[in-house]
Amino acid sequence: MKQLMLGNEAVARGAYEAGVTVASAYPGTPSTEVTEYIAEYDEIYSEWAPNEKVALEMAVGSAVAGARTICTMKHVGLNVAADPLFTSSYTGINGGLVIVVADDPGLHSSQNEQDSRHYARAAKIPMLSPVDSAECRSMVKEGFRISEEFDTPVLVRLSTRISHSRSVVETGERKKVRVKEYEKDFQKYVMMPAMGRKRHVVVEERLDELRGFSSSTELNYIDWQNRNTGVVSSGIAYQYAREAFPEASFLKLGLVFPFPEALIKELAREVKKLYVVEELEPFFENQIKALGLEVIGKDRLPVTGELSPGLIRENMNQDEREIIESPQDDIPARPPVMCPGCPHRGAFYVLDQLDLTVTGDIGCYTLGALPPAEAMDTCLCMGGSVSMAHGVEQAAGPDLADKTIGVIGDSTFIHSGITGLIDIVYNQGTSTVMILDNSITGMTGHQENPATGYTIKGEPTSSVDLKKLAEAVGIKRVSVVDPFELEELRQIVSREVKADEASVIIAQRPCALLEEMEYSGIMKVDFDRCTYCRRCMEIGCPAIVDRGDRITINRALCVGCALCTEMCSFDALKKVGDSGE
Amino acid sequence: MNNINIMIVGVGGQGSILASKVIGSVALQNSFDIKMSEVHGMSQRGGSVVTSVKLGEKVHAPIIDRGEADIILAFEQLEALRWIEHLQPGGKMVVNTQKIEPVPVIIGDAEYTENVLEMLKENLQDVVVINALEKALQAGSKKVVNVVMLGVMASFLPFDRADWLQAVKENVPRDYLNKNTAAFDSGFNYVSQKGAEINC
Repeated sequence: MKQLMLGNEAVARGAYEAGVTVASAYPGTPSTEVTEYIAEYDEIYSEWAPNEKVALEMAVGSAVAGARTICTMKHVGLNVAADPLFTSSYTGINGGLVIVVADDPGLHSSQNEQDSRHYARAAKIPMLSPVDSAECRSMVKEGFRISEEFDTPVLVRLSTRISHSRSVVETGERKKVRVKEYEKDFQKYVMMPAMGRKRHVVVEERLDELRGFSSSTELNYIDWQNRNTGVVSSGIAYQYAREAFPEASFLKLGLVFPFPEALIKELAREVKKLYVVEELEPFFENQIKALGLEVIGKDRLPVTGELSPGLIRENMNQDEREIIESPQDDIPARPPVMCPGCPHRGAFYVLDQLDLTVTGDIGCYTLGALPPAEAMDTCLCMGGSVSMAHGVEQAAGPDLADKTIGVIGDSTFIHSGITGLIDIVYNQGTSTVMILDNSITGMTGHQENPATGYTIKGEPTSSVDLKKLAEAVGIKRVSVVDPFELEELRQIVSREVKADEASVIIAQRPCALLEEMEYSGIMKVDFDRCTYCRRCMEIGCPAIVDRGDRITINRALCVGCALCTEMCSFDALKKVGDSGE
Repeated sequence: MNNINIMIVGVGGQGSILASKVIGSVALQNSFDIKMSEVHGMSQRGGSVVTSVKLGEKVHAPIIDRGEADIILAFEQLEALRWIEHLQPGGKMVVNTQKIEPVPVIIGDAEYTENVLEMLKENLQDVVVINALEKALQAGSKKVVNVVMLGVMASFLPFDRADWLQAVKENVPRDYLNKNTAAFDSGFNYVSQKGAEINC
């Protein structure tokens, strides 16, 4: 049946049709929906792991035990999972293992724009790169075949525009694949030096075979058209290049590592001018140049940001389109903001008031770095807030430590904040960590996590008690507070940052977008009481509007969380329908 | 079969993804190749949101570049202006009169650009202006602004009204079907009505 599918949805479909029985992942934009769609198939066991390293280790265990297994993460997640990735290349698999990694050129929702193709080369693992949803489905299936034929994990690289684009997919039936027999083989699966040395030889032999395969597989092919121009490309960049070079001959790379040397030599021999169009790093370009071939690539295209058909046309073809010039150049920006009713708004208002140095983390709450609060000094990586607060203390001493706090979300804390907290306690640090517990993984679109009490399939399960967890690692000062109780929160934070031992503050209030978090009614301004002091504006709620001479409430945006009433000294903000109307 | 490039621009939460899915369903029924691109994650949190829908015999890139859109559906005035360079000369803009102030404006760091509609009319050959929020409220919910806008566009695309209604049905929750159908019709009939603000 033909249907429109999101790239991520088609990856899930491919896994289903390939007979996958086990899936593990940690959510991260733009990869998240892969595993959400997989969770809809009852034939597949699926889970959210606490982080990508655990997800991949679980997946390798499952593959070694014989099941076709898929493991999904975003590009920076693969950094977290790099340790098992490199050595799983040595052990190989038993049942097929496909690792899906979604890059984010242009940083739509990420902290960097690294190019995951380097991981394929560094770990000596073959990598596939689909160009649309139909290939997302077919390449995942092919990935399992390659994985089992060559006894290797296989990487499938997506990018935001592949993951979050919809295109037509023709679906097929699920293939019944038996879980293979597991046989103990310590020479293959126990990576101690003696065995690792031997397995490294196997990896190099496998890589040689894969190099040959790369020029013979149908995944890589030359589409001959005009022989003046040849273009090498893959992934979403291939689609852009096809629009920018409608008449050129193309070497389309579905298997992006290892590189098909015979095919590139064939193309280079036949065409007058050779171009390579790739997003981010000159990954193909450097390999083409290493063969002594002349190629036009990153001398014309940027290594930063996303490509587009227009960008390629203008830089490689000198072909510019007519444009309607914007009549206005200073259009106010529309940056993302914390939602109305967001529990983080209270926390960041207080952090701003106390003028603390805040080591921040990855999640919706990273928006606390932006106006009006601007209450974040650093954001590095998942879990980094906790360990960085400790580093600040050790470098700068108690004076700065007394003004420093690490701020991290509940899911991020479990991902890798807990290890940083153990570092603080073990090494007798006095840092303060605030866990913003909104009962969900928010930014990626509401995924369950080990602290929410539900599995990916919505089944009730045990939940991590963050307070007990902090106490168990040795934190003696643990406070639990509602971030909308601004005065109480202010007092607790002021007290804890100055304390001479490590402390944890758990700011608990569910995400305003959760269904069970229905606030009632909306707010209104009592103009008889309002003095236009503008203090309510300091919380930066998008529903509170400054009209220049008065404050009004945007009824379409207000959810009635009533945080603004705490800011008002004149009792001028009330729920619509409350007494006094 | 000519390619049709449609951009939907608005603010996170205005329902542009649903609108793009409806267009996709109609095009699929009519045997077009389709590519659509949408925004998830951080950019969705009340930020400027762009969704692209490209239809044709064979579509390659899912995104629409500057100067490439045949139609821009702007769910909000400022976003119409922000993305104007993506419209190809001679292309059509349908703009909702709704204003949603971005946070820099709300907190007084910037001013909402004045006379946006006038600027659009001056610089574009083909503009349809509609108070889609009002039409949506008449249809029963402020949430169906997106379907009102779809209706307007449907009135000049080469697909049957019945196909559109079928596509709306496939993509909206059953409880909201009546409101969505009413919204679609009020948009669909808008251009032929007296008093519609059309500049072409």
